[in-house]
Amino acid sequence: MQSNGLSEIKHLLRTHRLPHIWCPGCGNGIITQAFLRAVRRLDLDPDKICIVSGIGCSSRVVEYLDFDTVHTAHGRAIPFATGIKIARPELNVVVLAGDGDIAAIGGNHFIHGARRNIDITVIIFNNSNYGMTGGQYSPLTLFGEKATTAPYGMVEQPFDMCELARGAGATFVARSTTWHAKKLVDLIVQGVEHRGFSSIEVITGCHVNYGKRNCRETAVKMLQWQKEHSVPIERFHSMTEEERKKYFPVGIIHSETRPEYTEEYAKITRIKRDDR
Amino acid sequence: MAKRVGVEVSIAIAEAVKLAKAEVIPAYPITPQTHIVEHLSEVVANGELDAEFIPVESEHAAMSACCGSSAAGARTFTSSSSQGLSLMSEVLYIPPAMRLPIVNVVANRAMSAPISIWNDHQDIMVQRDIGWIQTFAENGQEAVDLTLHAFRVAEDRRVSLPIIVNIDGFTLSHVIEPIELPDQEDVDAYIPPFKPKYKLDPRKPITMGPVGIPEVYTEAKMLQDQVIKNSKKVILKAWKEFAEQFGREYNPVETYRTEDAEIMLVTMGSISETAMTAVDKMRDAGKSVGLVRIRLWRPFPGPEFRKAAGKAKVLAVIDRTLPPGALCGPVGAELRSLFYKIPGSPKIFSFVAGLGGRDVTVARFEEIVEKATGYAKKRPKELYEVIGVREK
Repeated sequence: MQSNGLSEIKHLLRTHRLPHIWCPGCGNGIITQAFLRAVRRLDLDPDKICIVSGIGCSSRVVEYLDFDTVHTAHGRAIPFATGIKIARPELNVVVLAGDGDIAAIGGNHFIHGARRNIDITVIIFNNSNYGMTGGQYSPLTLFGEKATTAPYGMVEQPFDMCELARGAGATFVARSTTWHAKKLVDLIVQGVEHRGFSSIEVITGCHVNYGKRNCRETAVKMLQWQKEHSVPIERFHSMTEEERKKYFPVGIIHSETRPEYTEEYAKITRIKRDDR
Repeated sequence: MAKRVGVEVSIAIAEAVKLAKAEVIPAYPITPQTHIVEHLSEVVANGELDAEFIPVESEHAAMSACCGSSAAGARTFTSSSSQGLSLMSEVLYIPPAMRLPIVNVVANRAMSAPISIWNDHQDIMVQRDIGWIQTFAENGQEAVDLTLHAFRVAEDRRVSLPIIVNIDGFTLSHVIEPIELPDQEDVDAYIPPFKPKYKLDPRKPITMGPVGIPEVYTEAKMLQDQVIKNSKKVILKAWKEFAEQFGREYNPVETYRTEDAEIMLVTMGSISETAMTAVDKMRDAGKSVGLVRIRLWRPFPGPEFRKAAGKAKVLAVIDRTLPPGALCGPVGAELRSLFYKIPGSPKIFSFVAGLGGRDVTVARFEEIVEKATGYAKKRPKELYEVIGVREK
């Protein structure tokens, strides 16, 4: 059983680094907490965890977590994580980064990480905009919604990160929101346990930069929006085409077993070694 | 008549780009450049500027899109900073070689790691040798004026080179200053329509940037060097005409109270204004101190600098970057080369200050002058010294 108190995860935080820099009501805390609860539930050895982040609000998380962590360059979290995982395959390597990092400037790394099926877990903090630089639109800003670089509404179509991950070859694809905080813990547990590239998109609220321009100016409204616009994947499947346009599915979108990159790589080096 | 208004420098730069009638603006947000491109996206969305604003997915894409639009004959602007400028780096070498007159305002910021969003000149010194004309602004008005000047010079057919206008991140980009934004008709008179000699046009097809085999590569690079060196004449003439049109005069090297000064501070960018206050203070105390500011960094104005500072006994050069393992900072090294083995030339002492947002205060300039005075009598052990280091 998990307790709702902070006591069971507090030792995993660098409390001397708190308070964090996130705005009051930001969803990043909910995702961080869910991740730490997942670490507890999996009973992972903290010394066998390595967290990699990029640049942006969510990426600041690495400064608060008491594991080995790396704060990298904008967009480059997945390649850093790839290097770490291939050098130390026994580690649990987790990327925590935002939609700017994963879907925009580092989009190329995301699809190639998925294609290789390297055993890392990518948790995407999707707040639908570049929050840290002041609310410019991102590739995940919804069509028609506003941002500082789209003052009259977004005219580009966003990525569906789950479909992108699946199409690129990811073997575990899930989506959740900060409203589904408890369910999120379950998904992260399964994502980390999964052997292969796990992509977990978490829709989170940035009421300060994004919500206020889109009639969701409070943290509560952001959460309500998430609740009202999401449906479990099972229900989503039974919906008509017309109904589906109004909702996004949450839960495990896709899961399969395929050869994992570091294992395949190790086989090759073993063959070469045996040849000698 | 142009009015002087209190406005944030970033907004004023964006307004200058609007006055210059940029036609394509590919950009990616990065602190502290964001307000420039945000304001531009707004004026484009409002229909105040007939341009294409492309919010690309990275700076690498931004500079690539700039090359495309400029090659197609559109007046092209972008802006970046720090890591973003470095991500452009692969592409930055291409427009000067293809003679594409892109204007890029760089809000100077430190480089990772450790991550710093604050001001110094590391980002641009990494790009020192990319072949772009490079200027440094000292205040908000100058940032606006250099931006206008950049379009005029870049697109001149004798130049046809890209230009980076450097403005200090936060200390310039985020402050509100009284700035005179010129009238549209004056800007129109100063910046004629862009008529490139060569552009991509299906009716007259050409190839840009093909392979340069060993038989031609050296000559191609030499030509590029000649073009940027020759651009100085156009740069100077455009500043002269700027003074006639707008009443503000600019030179590649500026001096402040250097008459008979034995010691001269050498600065680039916004710390020059603090340096002026420091010079006044030291002059009041009877010290023979002056200031030389470098506005034009590429092509380096050698003769102008020698004329401005050649009579000094001592030059105290301040670099805003610390190149690990180098003999000294890039500005210090440049000036040591300039004066090497010239009889009677000043002794040059190199200092590094103001890294990652650390203020360079009046007291720091006094400290630098004091140290340089001492070093003139007794040579220092090292070729440069970092100023303002915390004791604890």
